[in-house]
Order: sequence, then C-alpha cells, then structure tokens
Amino acid sequence: MDVVWLSRLQFAAATFFHFLFVPLTLGLSILVAIMETRYAKTNDETYLQMAKFWGKIFLVNFAIGVVTGITLEFQFGTNWSKYSTFVGDIFGSLLAIEATAAFFLESTLIGVWAFGWKKLSKKTHAVLIWLVAFASNLSAFWILVANSWMQHPVGYVMRNNRAELANFTQVIFQKWAILEFFHTISAAYILSAMFVMGISAYHILRKQNLEHFLRSFKIALKMGLIFTIFIVIEGHVHGTDLAEKQPTKLAAMEAHWETIKGAPKYLFVIPDESNERNLVELIPIPGFLSLLATHDFKGEVKGLKDFRKQDRPPVFISYFSFQLMVGLGIYFVLIMLYGWFKRDRLQDYPKYLRLVLYSIPLPYIACELGWTLAEVGRQPWIVYGILRTNEAASPLVAGQVAVTLLAFVVVYATIGIIGFGMITRFARQGIKTN
Amino acid sequence: MLLQDIWFFLWGLLWAVYFATDGFDLGTGVLMPFLGKTDDQRRIIYNAIGPLWNGNEVWLISAGGVTFAAFPLLYSVMFSSLYSALMLVLFGLILRGVAVDLREKASSPSAKQNWDRAFFIGSLLPAILLGAAFGNIFKGLPIDEKGLYHGSILTLLNPYGLITGVLFLLMFMLHASLWLGMRIKENIQIDFLAIAKKLWMIFLIALIVFLALTPFYTDLLKNYLNNPLLLLEPVAAIVFLLLIRVYIQKKEAFKAWVCSFLTIVLLTFFGIIGLYPNMFISSINPKYSLTAHNASSSPLTLKIMLIVVILFVPVVLLYQGWAYKLFRTPISNDDLGY
Repeated sequence: MDVVWLSRLQFAAATFFHFLFVPLTLGLSILVAIMETRYAKTNDETYLQMAKFWGKIFLVNFAIGVVTGITLEFQFGTNWSKYSTFVGDIFGSLLAIEATAAFFLESTLIGVWAFGWKKLSKKTHAVLIWLVAFASNLSAFWILVANSWMQHPVGYVMRNNRAELANFTQVIFQKWAILEFFHTISAAYILSAMFVMGISAYHILRKQNLEHFLRSFKIALKMGLIFTIFIVIEGHVHGTDLAEKQPTKLAAMEAHWETIKGAPKYLFVIPDESNERNLVELIPIPGFLSLLATHDFKGEVKGLKDFRKQDRPPVFISYFSFQLMVGLGIYFVLIMLYGWFKRDRLQDYPKYLRLVLYSIPLPYIACELGWTLAEVGRQPWIVYGILRTNEAASPLVAGQVAVTLLAFVVVYATIGIIGFGMITRFARQGIKTN
Repeated sequence: MLLQDIWFFLWGLLWAVYFATDGFDLGTGVLMPFLGKTDDQRRIIYNAIGPLWNGNEVWLISAGGVTFAAFPLLYSVMFSSLYSALMLVLFGLILRGVAVDLREKASSPSAKQNWDRAFFIGSLLPAILLGAAFGNIFKGLPIDEKGLYHGSILTLLNPYGLITGVLFLLMFMLHASLWLGMRIKENIQIDFLAIAKKLWMIFLIALIVFLALTPFYTDLLKNYLNNPLLLLEPVAAIVFLLLIRVYIQKKEAFKAWVCSFLTIVLLTFFGIIGLYPNMFISSINPKYSLTAHNASSSPLTLKIMLIVVILFVPVVLLYQGWAYKLFRTPISNDDLGY
C-alpha cells in the first residue's frame, strides 16, 4: 500500500474514533446543564444527583474526545503536508480560531466544573456547564466550517500555487456550512438523547432510582423528538443543496448511472460498479429522485456516466452509507414519537424500554455512516473540484505511516475498550441516594 | 513584513506560554514515580493538576493551529519532517490525558498502577521530545529546496538536541515541584521545596552546558551580537531564575512558581529572538530555510487572525487566570473531584 492509502486509513481511523465521543459531548453537556439549572432553581436534590450521575459519564467521554482530537489537528501537517500548504491560508485559520475562541473556554471550564462542586455557588457551577456546552458546540461550528470548505470551497483565490483567502464571511456563512453544522449537531443531540433514554430505560426496567431516571428519560426524549424531526427536514434541504454543488456525490449515494429527467427512486439497489450499472433495482417510486434533488418530478438528475471515471467517488460505500443513515433516521423519528405518546406511563411499556436500551448504538452508527458519506462521497477530491486526495499527502516513507497506523489502532482500541467499559460501569451503577 | 514579524513573535509566545503552563503538568508526570509512593500521595498529586491541565494543553493546540494558519508552509514542512518524533509526542499526550482524567475512576489498584505508568511515559515523551525538537530547530535540520527532509528520527538525537531535551525535562520538573509545593501542604509527607532546591541546581548546570554549546551548534547569538540591547532579555531570564532560588529558600512556593513561569517564557523567547527571522533552518543550505517571510499566509489571513487573537486571547487569560486563582491554593478535601 502506498503512503496516500496508509495516510487515508490512518486519518479515517483517527476521525472515526474521535467521533465516537464528540456527539455525546455536544448533547450531554446540554442535558446536564438543564438538570443542574433545575437544581439551582428548585433546590430539588434529585436534579443534583441526576446532574452528578450524568456528569461523571460526561467527563469520561469528554476526556477521550479531547485527547483524540489533538492528534487530528497535527495530522494535517504530519500526513497531509501538500494539502496543508495548499489550504493553510483558509483551513488553518479556521482551526486556529476554533482553538482560541472556543476550545480554550470548553477545556478550562470543564476542569473548574469537575473540581468545583464545593468551591462554587450552585448558580455559578450551573453557569459553567452551560458555558462548556456552548463552547463545545461553538467548537463544532468552526470545525464544520472548515470541513464544509473542503466540501464546497468558496471565498478564495488561487495565488502563489495555493488557495488564498479572499472573502472570510463567505467562508463562514456559506449555506453548506450552516446546513452541515445543523445536521451534525442535530445528529449529536439525537445520539445523546438516545444514550440518556437507553440508560434510563435500563434503570426504569429494574425499578431503581425510578424518579431520577424517569425525569432523565423525559428531558432527553424532548431533545430527541425535536431533533429527529428537525434533522429529517434539514437533511432534505441539505440533500437538495448537495445535488447542486456535489453532483458526483449525489449520483453515487443514489447509485444513479444515467442522466435522465423524472428519475425514479429505488428503495433497494445493489450497485455493480465495475460494469457501471446496478445488479438489482427494486421498488421504484417514479420521479421521486428528481423531486428530492430538484423539487420537480420531471427535473433532470445527472448520472455517474456523465462524469469521467477518475472523477467518480466509490459508489458502493456512498450508496450504502447514505441509505442506511436515512433508514436509521426514520427509525429514530418513530421511536421518539412512540415514547412521546407513552411518556407518562413509561413503566408500563417494558418492551419499548428494552428497545430503547438496545438502540443506544444505532445513532453512533448513523453518525459514522454520515461521515463516511461526507468524506468518501467527496472522493477523489480532498478539496472538492480543486485538489485531489492523491496529490495531497506528505512525502513520507510508507513504513513510517504503517507503524503509526498500527500504533493508532492499538492505542485507540485500548482506550476505547477502557473508556466504554468505564462508561458502562458508571451507567449500571445507578445513583446512590442518601 | 510587519504583520509577518508580529506573527513570528506571537507564534513564539504561544509556544512559550504552552511550556510555562502545561510544563508543570508534564513535570508532575515525570516526578510521580519518584514522589508518589502511596496511593494516597498519588491521588493528591493527581488532584494538584487535575482541574487545570486540560486548559493548559489548549496552548499547544493554539500553537499548532496558529502555525497552520499563519505559517502553512512551516506547518507542513516541520510536522512532516518531524513525523515520528511528533507522533510520539502525540501518543504521549493521549496517554497523559486519559491517565489524569480516568485514573481516579479506575476500579482496581492494578488498573490504577497502569494509569500511573501511562502518566509517567506520557509526560516524559513530550517533555524530552519537544525540547529535542526545539534544540534541532535552533540548530537546523537537513531540508532541501522543496522542503523535503533528508534525515530520520535519529537525526534529532545529536548532542545539542539531547541536551535541549534534558534541559526542557529538568525545567518542567522544577516547575512542577514548585507547583506541587504550593498546592500540597499538610496532606502528605513530601517536602516538595527540598526537591525543588535540588532540581534547581541540576537545571542550572544543564542550562550552563546548553549555553556553552549553543555558539558551537547554532547561530542563535548572532542577533544578540548585532543588537546588544537584546541581551537584556536573557539577563531578565537569569534574574528570575535566581529569584526562584531565593523564594525556595524563603519557602514561598507561589512566588517561586511565578518566577519559574517567567523564566520558562523568557528562556523560550531567548531562543525565539535568536532564531528570528528563521523558523526552520536548513542545514543543507541556508537559502532553503523557512522564515517568517517566506512561509507565511496571505496578508488578509494574517490580519484576520491578528484581530481574532487580540479579541480572544485577553478573554482566555481572564478566565484561565480565574481558574488558576481558584485552584492555586493548597488542596483541601473540598477540592477533590469526583
């Protein structure tokens, strides 16, 4: 394997692993903040115990999220030096702003929050976790603006053999960035909601700390319901925007080969990439793909065959990651809606509670699938349309990267097992009252 | 030109502040196996840095981010040239981070012991390697006109790189012993200031060796000889270094730590001033060196980043200062995290 491939695998391993921890940080911080605020307002000890219980899990998750994020910031330089030289003027500044304007706040205050239970008034303490939540979501914004620029570069000029900044506000406020931001944080909130609901369901089923976990369940359910519905609508807008700006990704994620008007949407397809066709196409909905992509049943949707082979992303991965993500998204709406209608008699629905418990991993999978589509579907470009991935890597020796890739896998697997083991242990322990 | 020069020194300042803040966390990790003999002692030592290390580490992220934003070519060439060393630093920082945060939450004594090992290794690697990296940056590395590195990780392990690595290590250990002396009073029977006294002496010797070797290995002194007024900077560093010793004698750990903080910033800056305008010197041909003027971003990016820094860094200093104020006092049972 060559350096580009090894570096891609290494970056994929590092980001996938990192993103196992990011979404819960984004959403659980808000849920803990809500619980702590209720405690500060009502003095009800139950809310304090809830905040402490979820806070402890939050800290374990946060710790691993932070340390795995650092390596990413440096990997652009270590493994993607040609990319970094090319985009540093824009991409680099977004990362630097993220550190200075958001990550500092998050990291400094989380320490004070974790160690300050007895040092600070309860109001100040609650404000801290709100600031941590705000800062981590703001961090996400800057990182996603940076990623959006790779997906749809704007506000730059080509000068000195690199992309130089021309219009900063255009970079930050481009439609793609706003959509990607809302899409990602919504996904993070759904994941956090399912996480809290699932663990609460575990305890409700065992009838321990009933009051704590019924309340936790309902707070999370509200978040989950709002954002599962929101993400469906938002996802549609995102898809339409994508159809216009990344036609190759759209064609790949729908396994759509021929350019036609009034394109149908097939509910099940098995793409056959080497022969430029689909092996199986089942259950067509006439004109629906055109409708989704162009808001017109008769609209034209470009097929993969309209693009040169070297400009197409891998179809199989793009297709399945997208379809599975959407399927899961619909499942999340249903599970949240059902819970909403039964919210006052949750104990009477043990099967539903068990289903929620076993659904905890699903939003994690959906998040990773979303990123797979975003990144694999962008190929062969590292910056869409202007820089190819195979021209972006550092001039390293393959052996060097193979060694660090192996080290990443071993170290991350180890701390992943320990971290999730610890989270599971704390989650099962429940809350010691009195 | 002016913008690039401002950024050169801001870049240096971020690294200097990183060393002066996270330095005592790294030093604590290195001291841990020698000081924390019982579980109780270790727990309290972890707690002495627990609330602050996270925020300290962001100075490194900022330094990295600013290198990327303001000097993209430097970021690319330096980080890919130092690939293996930097990866070791990063793996170290991963181990250190999870060890500090998760150690108290471990379920068994043997798991705690493993975290203690991770904490030690994860602190030792970054401390030495960051020092060695800077020593080699002062000295120059074999990069060609395309920014291609003609060396390996072993190239970094020359006498000058090694002594700079050791110098950083000792500097951080001294810094840590003062911090611990300030935060840990009656809880455990360790006389941190007595340890600091010894470390101070060893550090002084290492510094003298480093300074004696510097003219033979580097051109750092050139800027000072051209502009002797600049010598006031290293003189200030020496004054604060001596003051550390004075305050150790008076058993005023906080003041000694502040002097140590300033010593680290000033010593780092001694190197940065000497380096100017170079940022990554080519030992093959000085023409290939990356400088503040040939490796920077566009003026627009430098301007926007400068505004961001002017707006946000004072705010960061404000709330980080507040956090330090809360947690610089001796640990009581109220401080222990959960």
